Amino acid sequence: MAETTLRATGPRTVAARTVAARTAAARAAMGRSVLLHTVMVIGALVMFFPFYWTLVTSLSPGSGLGSTPSLLPADPGFDAYVQLFQQVPFARVVGNSMLLAVVTTLVQLFTSATAAYAFSRLPFPGRTVVFGVYLATMMIPLQVLVVPLFAELKAFGLVDTYLGALLPTFAAAFGIFLLRQAMNQVPIELDEAAALDGAGHFRIFWTVILPNIRPALATLAVFAFMGSWNSFLWPLVVLRSPELQTLPVALAGLQGQFTTQWDIVMAGSVISILPMLAIYLFAQKYVIQGVANAGLK
Amino acid sequence: MTALVGAAAAEIDGGSSSSATGVAPRHPSARGSRRRYALTVLAFMLPSAIPLVLFVLGPMVAAAWISLTEWNLLSPAKWVGLDNYATLLTDPATGDVFLHTVYYIVGYLPLVYVGGLAIALALNTALRGRTLLRGIYFLPVITSWIVVALVWRWLLNPSNGVVNTVLGFFGIEGPGWWSDPAWAMPSIILASAWKDLGFVMVILLAGLQAIDPGLVDAARVDGAGWWRRLFSITLPLLSPATFFVVVISLINGFQVFDQVYAMTGGGPGGATQVVVQQIYDLTFRYGKAGEASALSWLLFIVILAVTVVQIRGQRKWVNYG
Repeated sequence: MAETTLRATGPRTVAARTVAARTAAARAAMGRSVLLHTVMVIGALVMFFPFYWTLVTSLSPGSGLGSTPSLLPADPGFDAYVQLFQQVPFARVVGNSMLLAVVTTLVQLFTSATAAYAFSRLPFPGRTVVFGVYLATMMIPLQVLVVPLFAELKAFGLVDTYLGALLPTFAAAFGIFLLRQAMNQVPIELDEAAALDGAGHFRIFWTVILPNIRPALATLAVFAFMGSWNSFLWPLVVLRSPELQTLPVALAGLQGQFTTQWDIVMAGSVISILPMLAIYLFAQKYVIQGVANAGLK
Repeated sequence: MTALVGAAAAEIDGGSSSSATGVAPRHPSARGSRRRYALTVLAFMLPSAIPLVLFVLGPMVAAAWISLTEWNLLSPAKWVGLDNYATLLTDPATGDVFLHTVYYIVGYLPLVYVGGLAIALALNTALRGRTLLRGIYFLPVITSWIVVALVWRWLLNPSNGVVNTVLGFFGIEGPGWWSDPAWAMPSIILASAWKDLGFVMVILLAGLQAIDPGLVDAARVDGAGWWRRLFSITLPLLSPATFFVVVISLINGFQVFDQVYAMTGGGPGGATQVVVQQIYDLTFRYGKAGEASALSWLLFIVILAVTVVQIRGQRKWVNYG
């Protein structure tokens, strides 16, 4: 390069031109990058706005009674939250949702892990067919099952009980599928080493397999909790008394009760979002990984 | 939950035979040990098999039987053969509820796909704060449908909702949204797309990240512009993820209920009465559990048929590299 610049003016101008072109290209790329960042940030703000508005409304007492709250509440207060707990057995409702979600999560972890172990490590005649049937249950929409399930639990005397709400959530093919995939990734040599040490299947399951699929267990735990916490149709159908209602059902009911008291409805929404948000912040990796893997397989 | 249906469908279709792995039972010759092995299998299988048989497979069969009866959940069921199906197939309301459901899907799917793809493409570039942005775009996914419906009912409130207030600021008179038969379904579609955008984005982003960047670079060197690279390289290689999104969205779309129930309850004037809302109303408002079961079986058959057609058709456009 130094040589060419010494020799003549021609090449120098070419070089200068390429440098100029390069800076122009860099500037255009920079401009595009700034534009892209701006668009993405505005998009994120738009996506986030409903959450912000929910919070603002819940902190603006008397919202919705013919007025729109301002972007920043002029006179923020927790009146809506106080009223929520006074007018509805809301503490009970939150407790119900929490109880159902925790039990569902624990039981699903257990039933999914045991079944996944059998499908991954215990060959038996007809196993492939049974696995196919398990997977097929994922195709059955809950809506098809609602009427007979309701009749069945009524016959058992379990309508309007926690157990009635819980039983149909005890086994989910989703979790079994997820954990089996994870277990298939655990090298069989680990099992064999443990078996040589005299470990039976229960020991191998507990001390070798489970510790090796912790991320998948975490993903399943988050999804099971979320599924239960946000579920609507079945709790709506099976839990009839107000003191047994879950959060989504109570929230849907609030709307009819206080048609225009949006501050109270939004306060309830905030309370419903918070636990999931906390879990999401801690387990974001597992949630997003779980969804991403679902698409890749 | 239905998110995994597609995964299952893909797994079945892909014919992956990973279930063949496993440790052979030790000492298979000894008889007592073989019995112990059988008991071990049962111990691992029964915790899931019992609930699945009692609360999924059993009710599934029962639904078929109930659909052949006239029953109000209280008095004994009366056998009516195929009458419920005949009633449904001749009732114009059945066509309406399926039409409304298809309207929902046709509005919702392009919106979440194009939106999710745009965000995924942007997040797949060297972007500052990618993780934070991805986290925010995904946030509505973890929110319950009921909360989404309530929040959007408030945002789209015709008189003093924030959307119409902002539109009014620009001198535009906002529509009646969920209170107007013509705008009720678009309101539901808008709320649903907002909730699911992040879900679609994460699946497409994972698909994009699995694409070999060398292929895109090679096309760039060959002089292909951005759109050309998108349509000739990226989208064909993204087709498995797209397939998954379409299958899942159609399955979920046909089952749309929570947000409809909480936003419009099927109204105004039945403008948003979708299939599942109809099943719910038939059962719990009109005491026609038999007809509701027949309708839910029709819905199941439609979902199954649509899914099978897609799995069959995927060879034509899905590229599994």
